[in-house]
Amino acid sequence: MKLGNLFDTFKRSQMTPDAHVALKKLEKARSGASRRDFVKTAGGLVIGFSALGAASQADAQSPINVTGLVDASKVDSWVSIGSDGDVTIYSGKCEFGQGFSTVQVQLGAEELYVPLSQVKLVYCDTGYTPDQGTTSGSQSHIAEFGPSGLRSALATARQALLQLAAQWFDTTPDQLVIKDGVISVKSDATQSISYGELVKGARFNLAIDNNAPLKDPATYTVLGTSVPRMDIPAKALGTHTYVHNVRLPGMLHGRVVRPPFVGAKVMSVNQGSVASLPGKVQVVVVKDFVGVVADTQWHAIQAAGLLDVTWSSGATLPDQASLYTWMTQQPSADTMVVDTGDTEAVMASAAKTFSAQYVHPYQMHGSIAGSCAVADVRGGTGKTATAKIWSPTQGVYPQRDSVAVVLGIPPANVRVIYVEGSGCYGLNGNDSVSYDAALMSQAVGKPVRVVYSRRDEMAAGESYGQPYVVNFKAGVDKGGQLTVWQYDSWTATKGNRPNATTPGNIVSGALAGFVTPPLVPAAAKVPTTFSNNGNSQCSYITGQIAGAPPQGTGTVASQRVLTRTIASPFFTGPLRSPSRLQNTFANECFMDEIAVSLGQDPVQYRLRHLSDPRLIAVVNAAASAAAWVSRPSPNVSIIPNAKVRTGRGISCVLYEGNNGYSALVAEVSVDMTTGVVTCTRFVTAIESGPISNPNGMINQTEGGVMQAMSRCLKEQVKWNAKSGIITTSDWNSYPVYNWGERVPVLKTVLLNNLKVSQTGAGECSITLSASAIGNAIFDAIGVRIRQIPYTPATVLAAIQAASGK
Amino acid sequence: MAAYSLTVNGKPLTVNVDDPNTPLLYILQENAQLNGPKFGCGLGQCGCCTVMIDGVPTKSCITAISDSAGHSILSIEGLGTAANPHPLQQAFISQQAMQCGYCISGPMLYGKAFIDKNPGATPDQIVNALGQTQLLCRCHAHSRMVNALSLYAQGKTQ
Repeated sequence: MKLGNLFDTFKRSQMTPDAHVALKKLEKARSGASRRDFVKTAGGLVIGFSALGAASQADAQSPINVTGLVDASKVDSWVSIGSDGDVTIYSGKCEFGQGFSTVQVQLGAEELYVPLSQVKLVYCDTGYTPDQGTTSGSQSHIAEFGPSGLRSALATARQALLQLAAQWFDTTPDQLVIKDGVISVKSDATQSISYGELVKGARFNLAIDNNAPLKDPATYTVLGTSVPRMDIPAKALGTHTYVHNVRLPGMLHGRVVRPPFVGAKVMSVNQGSVASLPGKVQVVVVKDFVGVVADTQWHAIQAAGLLDVTWSSGATLPDQASLYTWMTQQPSADTMVVDTGDTEAVMASAAKTFSAQYVHPYQMHGSIAGSCAVADVRGGTGKTATAKIWSPTQGVYPQRDSVAVVLGIPPANVRVIYVEGSGCYGLNGNDSVSYDAALMSQAVGKPVRVVYSRRDEMAAGESYGQPYVVNFKAGVDKGGQLTVWQYDSWTATKGNRPNATTPGNIVSGALAGFVTPPLVPAAAKVPTTFSNNGNSQCSYITGQIAGAPPQGTGTVASQRVLTRTIASPFFTGPLRSPSRLQNTFANECFMDEIAVSLGQDPVQYRLRHLSDPRLIAVVNAAASAAAWVSRPSPNVSIIPNAKVRTGRGISCVLYEGNNGYSALVAEVSVDMTTGVVTCTRFVTAIESGPISNPNGMINQTEGGVMQAMSRCLKEQVKWNAKSGIITTSDWNSYPVYNWGERVPVLKTVLLNNLKVSQTGAGECSITLSASAIGNAIFDAIGVRIRQIPYTPATVLAAIQAASGK
Repeated sequence: MAAYSLTVNGKPLTVNVDDPNTPLLYILQENAQLNGPKFGCGLGQCGCCTVMIDGVPTKSCITAISDSAGHSILSIEGLGTAANPHPLQQAFISQQAMQCGYCISGPMLYGKAFIDKNPGATPDQIVNALGQTQLLCRCHAHSRMVNALSLYAQGKTQ
């Protein structure tokens, strides 16, 4: 008989003295636990969730503050154990279709020794989950597996469970073993108690103990395996609840009416223009924010199209054709990332020097869904008003705090509940549309669902990825070894992720009257700490900050890296691998140029300048898996007059300077008569510490490579400076990789490094495609193209220029 | 107001709308409360809204309710159930053939229509068939979807 059952079956008078002692100890151990019905409440909600995920319409009536303040330093904010032994874990890192929710469930099962089926996950709901900022930047593994994250909370919980059981069995924790959520005495398997019996639904009342022993990744049995993603079945069946599918009683449908020109202001709104339309149309105007609300989506769409708004003229935009020159002429905020102070002198003594300029356009997230949110604001504005927002935001807490400012109600009265949208890839329209829904719901006093049209999303809602201009100089010695590397860049920003003090950081906040913090020009300061977060430092320099050991991945000692940021005419924000992709495109193509110019094999030349064994390992792994044959570039084996030429290119990076190693070999064919580039194969090697889910990691790596292929071959935001109109406003004007085009062969090599900490893998491969493809194009055609996108027109013009036509 | 009757995943549905041009997609989302057909662009450029109309894959965001009346609509919810998923759905699950999954109606239903008429279709034929209309996957999970569709073409699920 399990000892735990004694408690229920026997009266105290019938217990043996030993059982009395054990029971007293258990009661004492539990006495610190407040029995408030946290678990009961949470359990009630969890039933409303599917296997995992965020809330849905099921809890439309649930309170704003479910548990009170969620204190991320406390174990109870991360994990609860029900009386049935089921484990519920709470996390501030959400699912974007990248499989991380499944990894979190794996982590719960692993650290607590319970079956996967016994773990439920609740993520990103300010009513329940700890504040972990935003889910972004390939930081989820670092956050959850690092100190004070989910793994530490689970380890603390396991330690407490073992201590509790040790008291129960009158032994020590090291004499116990856990299997499937049941703790047993090693020497006597008949003595066992389940988590449910042990905890009885009580709280832990413990702070996270970062010294609690963690399971060694080498002993993992659940992590490290390809557990199928738990969100996929419902998605394949069509039953998954995306934010677009949140349906509240009495919910109305809103659409925004955006300025036709960048920066235009509302002069007047003729509400009568939609008065006769069906659908009980209401018009909402808040400064320059204009929206319509109606009973159905179609009525709202029609009203948005017919509402007569008079707009002012827009802002002055730079001419697109001269954007990159314009960027280098603007006042800028400068950062010296690294500077050994000797680059000019070393350059002067170099045997050979190189210089080039690389440029990268604005690109958009182009999420496939129109961004969508549902808001239920009650009581208007002020201290007693409340708001509940179902949002696909990357940061429920930052959104709670900034929506509160936008609505003029206390943050404590706002609850933001994450519900998955379509793949977002960064700061798309998800935060803006949440403001829109909140503003419209506040105005009409009913729940409102807002979804963006294609134009709302692409030309007036999202925050674009930044453009870049990068100028390089480098020098080599007589032996062809790089001795000096100099990088100068210009990029443009406007806004960023919004928080409590910056609702004007995104389009809707700015339209509603909140200031977008202006760029403040500033001179560069001498760098005092090493950071390669933006990957402006190439992989081949030492990363030398005065007074500190080198922290880069390369061997080139003389280095200067200076970045400049100017004010962008368009809103910008993180777009998958922000800055890192643009910088790596430039760095890795320039490195290739140097190797080519010296007649060196691009892989071997890279290896000559790398010092970090983990980066060297992925370069070797990718080259090996691609059966890379050492030879100079371009590919001289191609027939000179062939219509189609083929090439291969390599690229590598340590993402963010500390967050995942990867290398990519791209193989392309180029049609010499049309300039069309077709990618035929990608071979990626990736190492980001212990692997949590191999299949999920491969899925991420494949998607990253392919999405970046689309970006570098096709994508560019376009505008007309005269009219002030952004002209890329649908999938025809902003073409991307489409079904029907050749699907490249994808090969991914995972390096499982159990000796280091878990780091991110989400943005490794996407950082590499533009450079690997660019280098492959050069290998095929013998012409270097230094601008993205590699459109047929650009490639053909380069071919013709090189051949003198 | 006019009443339109149609069949949605085997069940009759009658709706009253004031505009015969109301796109079918919004009727399926609001009246039939379906989650499968999704709004992506409203322009017929991405395929997230794809349903079968009498067995023919169709973009419901640019199909009027008046043209849908009297017809039989099948969304991906109508293919199979959690207890008994359609072989194509099983193939997508076994291949983990998606990231966000928002686009899935397009490749699944255009793929099914083509493969059902062309059993044993090769991966290249399937990709080419999907290219006959505008279909997008912005997460770029194409390779895995081709694997899933190819399995289905071979009568397999994994």
